[in-house]
Amino acid sequence: MPKAIVCDGNEAAAWGVSRARVDMVAVYPITPQSSLAEYVSQFVADGIIEADLMDVEGEHSVLSVLQGACLAGARTFTASCGQGLAFMFEPYYRTPPLRLPIVMSIVNRDGITPQSVWGGQQDAMTVKEVGWIQLYCETVQEIMDTVIMAYRIAEDHGVMLPVNVCHDGNYLSYGVEEAVIPDQDQVDLFLGEKNTNWHAALDPERPMAVDPLTGGSGSPGPAMFTRYRMGLCQGMQNALKVIPEVHREWGDRFGRYYSPLVEEYRLNDAETAVVTIGSMTGAAKDAVDMAREAGQRVGLIKVKTFRPLPVAALRQALSKVKAVAVVDRSVSFGCNCGPVYHDILSVLYRLEERVPAISVIGGLAGADITEKHFLKVIESLASAQHSGDFPQQPMWLNEHE
Amino acid sequence: MRKQAKKPFDASAIPDNLCPIATTLSELRTGDWRAERPVVDRRRCVKCATCWVNCPTQCITEKKTWFEANLEICKGCGICAHECPHRAITMVVEEED
Repeated sequence: MPKAIVCDGNEAAAWGVSRARVDMVAVYPITPQSSLAEYVSQFVADGIIEADLMDVEGEHSVLSVLQGACLAGARTFTASCGQGLAFMFEPYYRTPPLRLPIVMSIVNRDGITPQSVWGGQQDAMTVKEVGWIQLYCETVQEIMDTVIMAYRIAEDHGVMLPVNVCHDGNYLSYGVEEAVIPDQDQVDLFLGEKNTNWHAALDPERPMAVDPLTGGSGSPGPAMFTRYRMGLCQGMQNALKVIPEVHREWGDRFGRYYSPLVEEYRLNDAETAVVTIGSMTGAAKDAVDMAREAGQRVGLIKVKTFRPLPVAALRQALSKVKAVAVVDRSVSFGCNCGPVYHDILSVLYRLEERVPAISVIGGLAGADITEKHFLKVIESLASAQHSGDFPQQPMWLNEHE
Repeated sequence: MRKQAKKPFDASAIPDNLCPIATTLSELRTGDWRAERPVVDRRRCVKCATCWVNCPTQCITEKKTWFEANLEICKGCGICAHECPHRAITMVVEEED
């Protein structure tokens, strides 16, 4: 029987790891991921996770160790965030082109400086372009389920890419809800045979050099390098088909259905919409309900899969409204807006009709985004649409708190 | 094709746009980009092995009465010619084939 427990998001992720039967875990603690590192370590000590646990000296070694383990055929897991992720960047950047199906939780934390130890998505958003799949969770149960689903997505032969399961620091890492732990035999059937190194291996039976020198200006260097780059792009695009299939199969087997790429909430008759990502979505949905009761035709678009960017799904959702406000929990310093907003603009360009957008930035370094904030966003969006005067600067939600 | 510890396995079923892998040794050798080659004057060589000791690539091979460089490996650095106490080695410019 599936077992219901009450736990926080970090413990939920550890239960997902246990059900996925990983072979090796390497993890280095950093707030707000630390308790996840502790749960995983305790589960290994208690035999709940039957894996080798590598205690290494930092995040750079964490991911380097897992690259070797994955090439040797192991199913692997780690978790990090913030400055830990920054320190991990060198092997992180190399994992997608090695096509290693490693799963890593990012317990989203804002970037320093200024010093802070609280939630924000600056860490994951800063590394979004290097080829990891990024899935953002909304609830504790979704974290557990998505960690397990992530292995199916990562190890799909058409994908073969690492996956970040992102959950917001503080609000989800320490937020406590009821969650159901799926049966082991059902998860075993769902995940099937593991094979992480059929394409590249450290294996005496299959002697090979992994990642020999390619590129340069002389033939066939440019053709080879370009072919691998195109292959990585193709893997990402294939993931846009695989992610919905895996979510559908998960729902059929376990009864919990999630919108795999983009969720549309009260959107069909909406004039405007708020675009959200991660744990802020709950408060945003409440605000949409309140605005609806007050007679405003507003809906919501939630991004679950941010990398690869689900262009077709976003296009479909965005084409239903006349204006949007995109709420980010991080900053694109280079573009003077939020990073999700920036990507939404690239989708809006592909619509038939022009849909103006507002960039909203809030919830930085642990700040709360409440229903009141979202009501303010909805009001600003409505008045901009009414006047036709859309602000060119971002709207900073917590500026005066 | 030179000797390899194991026979290469068949990698043809693996797509060639995933992780770069190689199952055969590269034919590229350090002797391929030499600008000058060492030429030994056998009448001067006394087989003292000074060249053998000093060669950074350890490519000097022993013959019956002299030493000479293995030109597949020799990079043409000229250290052997510089160190030879009997001036038995001359560096000669490689000509295009």
